[in-house]
Parts: sequence; C-alpha cells; structure tokens
Amino acid sequence: MTRRSYEGVAVAVPVTVPYVRYSIRSAHWWLARCLSDLLKQSRLNKADIDGLAVSSFTLAPDTAIGLTQHLGLSPRWLDHVPFGGASGVVMLRRAARAVQAGDADVVACIAGDTNHVDSFRLTLANFSQFARDAVYPYGAGGPNASFAFLTAYYMRTHGATREDFGKLCVAQRANALKFEHALFKKPLTLDEYMGARPIADPLHLFDCVMPCAGADGFLVLSEQRAKALGLQYARLLGTIERHNAFASDPVQMRAGWVLDRADLYEQAGAAPEDMDFVQTYDDYPVISLMQIEDLGFCAKGEGPEFIRNHTFTCEGSFPLNTSGGQLSVGQAGAAGGSLGMVEALRQLTSAAGARQVKDAKLGLVSGFGMINFDRGLGSGAAIVSC
Amino acid sequence: MLERPKRKNPVLRTRQPTLPPAARSRIALGLTAAAALGRFELQQCRDCGTVQYPPREACQQCLSIRLDWKPQPQTGELLSDTVLHHSNDLFFRERLPWRLGLVKLDCGPTVVAHLHERVAQAPGKVTVAAKLDRAGQAVMVALPGKEENMAEDRQLREFTCDPKFRKVLVTDGKTAAGQALVKALAAAGADLIWVGHAEPWKKFAGFDELEKIKQVTLLPLDVTDSKNVREVAAEIGGKVDILVNNAEYHRAYGISNRSGVDTARAEMDVNYFGLLRLAQEFGPAMRGRGADGLASATAWVNVLSIYALANFPPHGTFSASKAAAHSLSQCLRAEMRPAGVRVINVFPGPLDDEWNQLLPPPKVAPAALANAVVKALREGVEDVYPGDVAQEWLARWRDNPKALEKELST
Repeated sequence: MTRRSYEGVAVAVPVTVPYVRYSIRSAHWWLARCLSDLLKQSRLNKADIDGLAVSSFTLAPDTAIGLTQHLGLSPRWLDHVPFGGASGVVMLRRAARAVQAGDADVVACIAGDTNHVDSFRLTLANFSQFARDAVYPYGAGGPNASFAFLTAYYMRTHGATREDFGKLCVAQRANALKFEHALFKKPLTLDEYMGARPIADPLHLFDCVMPCAGADGFLVLSEQRAKALGLQYARLLGTIERHNAFASDPVQMRAGWVLDRADLYEQAGAAPEDMDFVQTYDDYPVISLMQIEDLGFCAKGEGPEFIRNHTFTCEGSFPLNTSGGQLSVGQAGAAGGSLGMVEALRQLTSAAGARQVKDAKLGLVSGFGMINFDRGLGSGAAIVSC
Repeated sequence: MLERPKRKNPVLRTRQPTLPPAARSRIALGLTAAAALGRFELQQCRDCGTVQYPPREACQQCLSIRLDWKPQPQTGELLSDTVLHHSNDLFFRERLPWRLGLVKLDCGPTVVAHLHERVAQAPGKVTVAAKLDRAGQAVMVALPGKEENMAEDRQLREFTCDPKFRKVLVTDGKTAAGQALVKALAAAGADLIWVGHAEPWKKFAGFDELEKIKQVTLLPLDVTDSKNVREVAAEIGGKVDILVNNAEYHRAYGISNRSGVDTARAEMDVNYFGLLRLAQEFGPAMRGRGADGLASATAWVNVLSIYALANFPPHGTFSASKAAAHSLSQCLRAEMRPAGVRVINVFPGPLDDEWNQLLPPPKVAPAALANAVVKALREGVEDVYPGDVAQEWLARWRDNPKALEKELST
C-alpha cells in the first residue's frame, strides 16, 4: 500500500519557554507555560485544542492524561510520547495523521522537563531497566560513557579528530549567540573547545550537553484552519520513524535513518542537496555526524571529510542546528527532541531573526532518542517546507 | 604494582563507606547469583540457543520465556574504551578516574564492563568475568589474559578482598585447619595476623610453628566468653580488615544416640553464639572502616559446613548449629552491606580431622580449605564450597532440595 501524503497539514506557532539551568518548578509548570504561549500566539482558546501530544521525563508519576486534568483540557485525541530525542518527530507525524483523519482539528505538541539540582542523577539512575541493570552501576557516567564509546570507535574507524567535532560545536555556538533563549552566551573558540576538561575520554566538556529546564511546543492543524487563523505555517512533506534498528551491530555506528531515508526523500520529492538547512539531534557531536551520514548528505565514514569541506553557521554552506542546538542552548530533557522542530518552523516562516538562513524553503529535522542500554533506539526525521 | 599503604594518620577523618549503584531488576540478579559462586553465566534461550545480555524476561530472538542461566565462554573483543573523569555517583566520584570498556563477547552480546588497567586500548582481546562489586551486586569486568598480580589493579581491588597488606584475625589457631589458614594468609601477603586460642594456659600442637611466622600475633580468644570477645574487640577491632571465624565445636550423632542437650548446647555456643558474639563486637568497628583507604575493612569469612544446607543425620546436632550460623550470616551480610564489607560463607565438605574419622574420602585437607578461603578473598566471591563432597551436595541441593533430604535420611 502506498504511503498517503501529508497534504493539507500545517505545522505552526513555534514556542520556546525560555530555558533555565535549574528550576524549582515541576514539569507541569513548564508544559503549562508552553501550552499557554501556544494559545496566546495563535489566539486560540483552550477549548479549541482538541488534540494533545506530550513528551516529558520528569512529568512522572503523571502521564499525558493526568496533565489534561492538571491543565483543565478536554481533548478528544491524546498521546503520550516519552521517546526523548525522537519525540518531536513522532509527535508531529502522529498529530498530522490525526488532523488528516479528522480525529482532531488542532493538536498541541508540547515537550518539556524541569531540572532540579539533583534530578539529572535520579533520571540517569532510573532511566530504563537495562540502564539500571547494565550501565548505571558502571561508573554512573550516564550517557557520557555510552557516547564516549561510540565517539572513540568512530574516531578510530573513520579517522575523525577532536578538531572535526570541535568545528561543529564552535559553529553551533556562533548560531546560539543569535538566539535569545540559548543558555550559552559566550563565544566558543576551537582552542577553548580543545582545552576543555575531559569528561569521559575522548569527550570533553563542550562535547556534552548541559541539562536544564525548559519546554518547546508547536501546533499541528489543517492548512485551511491555519489560514483562517492568519497563522504563518510550514507544510509537512515527509516523515520517517524507526526503533531498535540494526540490533545486531556490536556498536552503534548507524541508526534507522539508513533503512528509511529513501522513503523520506521520495515522500518529499526532494534530495539531500535540496535542503536549505538541517536540524540534527545533537546530544553529542558524533551523533550529528551519524545523522549527516545516515540521512545521505555523505557516505558512511566520510563525515570527517564532510565537516572539513563545509561551514555550519546560519550563513554557512551547510546551515546546521541554526539556533545553536542542544549543545549551546541546553538540553531541557524531552524538549531537546523538539528544539530542532521549532527552529525549523521559525526558519521557514521567516521568524528566525538574525539567524535567518537566506531563502530557506526546505529543511530537514531529525530526531534520535533513548539510550536504553548501549545505543540510541529511536530515529526519526521530517522534511518541512514553507 | 600495589604499594604498601602508608600508616594512617589517626587525626584525619576516616572516609565513610559509599556503595556503587545497587539497584537491579529481579531478573538481573541471575548474574549476581552466579558471580557469588565465581561463575560467569548469561541468559540462554532453551528453545533457540540465543545468548542475551542485559537480562530480559523473554528471548529477544524467538520470544520464548524458557531462559536459563548458563556458563558462557568469557572471551571477547574490546571494541572501545573510555576513562571517566566525571561521575554523578558518590562512590565513583571518590575513585576517579575510572576506566570502562565496551566488549563484544564471542558468545554474542555486547557488554559494558569495568576495564582492568593492564588491558591495552581498543581494539584487542579480553577476558570478561562477572564479579561482585562493593554493593554485593554482579558487574562485568574486562581483564587481560592470564597474568600475575592481576588483583593489584586499583579498580579490581575495589571489588575483591585481597589479603595483601591487610590485617587479619583468625579466631582459632588450635586446629589444623586454623593453622593452615594462617599460613595461607601469611603467604598471600597479609600484613598482620592475630590468631586466637581459647585456652592460653595450654600449649597446643603446632603452637611453636605458628609463633615462627613473623606476621603472627597469638592472643587469647574464646568465642564462648562474651567478656573476652568484647575485650579483644576493644583492643584490635578497629584494625581488623578481614575476620576469619573458624572456631568450631563438632561432635558426631543426631538426636537419639545421646541423652540431654549439653553437646548440642556446646555446639550452638561456639558455632552459633560464637558468631553472634563476634558479630556484635567486631561488626560495628569493621562497618566504620569499609572505605578506609587501600587497606580498608573488607571481608568477614565464616567457615560453615556443607551440612548447613541440609541436615546430615549422623552429625545431626552439628548440622543444626551450622544451619543456624548460616542463617545468622545472612543477617550479618545484610548488616555489613552498607559498609561494603563482604561476608563470605565457606561450606566445606567433611574436613579430614578426627571428628570425621568414620566418613569415607574424599575429605577436605586443611590446606585445601585454607587455599579456598584465600582464593575467595582474592576473587571476591561470596559463597565457597571446597571439596568434591561439597560440590556434589551443592549440585544435588540446587537440583532438588527435597530429593537431597530424602537421600540423606536413608
């Protein structure tokens, strides 16, 4: 059966609730702020939101359904998507189908987490059964250790250097300096990157995201409705999603994108070189590089060469993570999975201010999530256009 | 090479014990159950043969729930390695830097493992073992191939109880087994060995030989005398790193071959209450020194008997006293765990001594018992079954405890 297109679906109203390093509020507070901003900017009423998708780690013990009572919503379509970095793309594609099918008219997709002083440690300790049984007792380094393994393996196998990863981090910091909500406000030089303290060899401080509190959200509705409301919006051309791909690979050097990218570009009627910008899931730079390869911008193993041949700022030859990405904005838990999405919407609706990529008409947003044991399980991507 | 720890400055604060993360799912405790015996077992599907890790409730290949813990080949390829310079956990934070490896086992799964300092950077071949960590839970450790002084690795020493440079109390030096223990511990590099003897006015066989060992200090210790145990603990309790309780009272016969309870009471007084007295007096001091540098308090060894698992009617009251001691040792293990002090239970088959004269061989030689104790300390296991009889009883008991009871009663 051929895949139905996403024709008629609008994605609109990118919202970022300004991140903070630590918050004494709960996740509910951040998600409430996010929803409130969505209503304000769309001039919709709460009763108009008849679909809700939620992604959060720290909402526990509540799930999306508890949040409806907490926030006084009565949606007729509800989804809880606790998939971390993959949740932005997953919420989007599910909401799009709900709108197309008429199961919901306006779906609010919200992702957010709080961050108390000790909550990151507690999240790591209880992240998954496999993490608790087979990773956390080994130094309790959390994802740093897991990604140190992948980074070291990639460097050895494909000849990447720390300078290669540093180039991505330095460019993203330059982008972040033009994004008012980025937590990192100081420029980063390659020397500073190289000289940072080690965290888990070969990872150093600026290879690692900083946990923080925050929320991001967007609306999914019909183009018709968006037009009637006078909203700027982006159109959805194609999406993919895959979980636990290549389970027998001894170490993760690729993820589900490889299986599904042909499908993605076919849906969009576009090729990698048509993209005006790319928003990867960047919890560590090696993962950005994996997405660049797996989504077909270069072949596997050619990532280092690709980095050396391109520039990654908003005005560069390959605009990447144009708001600074999680590496320079901060990682607000599950909101990290929607950070690239809201930035893509801003780029496509000419709302990116000083970060505006010139003539941005087509962009790719990628998601990656859930280090259940030794690797990220979920991959997803969406191509959006103005 | 491990260096002799410097003398402790008594003015400085003794570091308080912390433990590595101890939470595990119930299914994952299969790894711990095997590691407690020094075995390396992973889940294997009875239907399709797939070996898997981390532990699961069903086979990831064929979804069968018929999963067995089976010994697996321990060889593998180190794919990648890292050194942690940061940790969110107190135990590791105090012990940074900490080396980890990602290993593809030849039997299938990829595992995260603590990495021995002598393993070269990836790629390369390693041997993977499951060891109990300070929390008493199994962890994977990637080791170089066979090599001397393997236990001297700084990280590995956190998981084992190597007697080298440690101070040991052996509660009874009068028996052949006790003397063999002292010799083996001295040979293993123990710094100081206090050796108890219950009746100091009597010179016992082997006394002179014990006195010649330079690490040995003999001291009067009678585990049936509460006051004496308290006094000895007050004197040396704060220095004992490893306590080996081998004091034992052993007589033959069950219930009907003897009238009265005097013999049974004497067995209980040494074998059960003796342990209780020692635990009450030495336990708190050892708990306080669970993280006291390189030569911290690290282990408590109980010499029990394989008869603790199932009653051997020809030695019925002795079996009961050892079963009581076994039960109490589980309580002691739980109470020592927050300090990371390991309780090692040794379940020998019949020792080759006068009280087992009428039992047929094979019997456990004193030196074999002593070597098993030292090996257990070095390898960090929790339960040891020295001798062929003990191994066979263990296998029978694990297979079907009721069947063993019936076999022993005929």
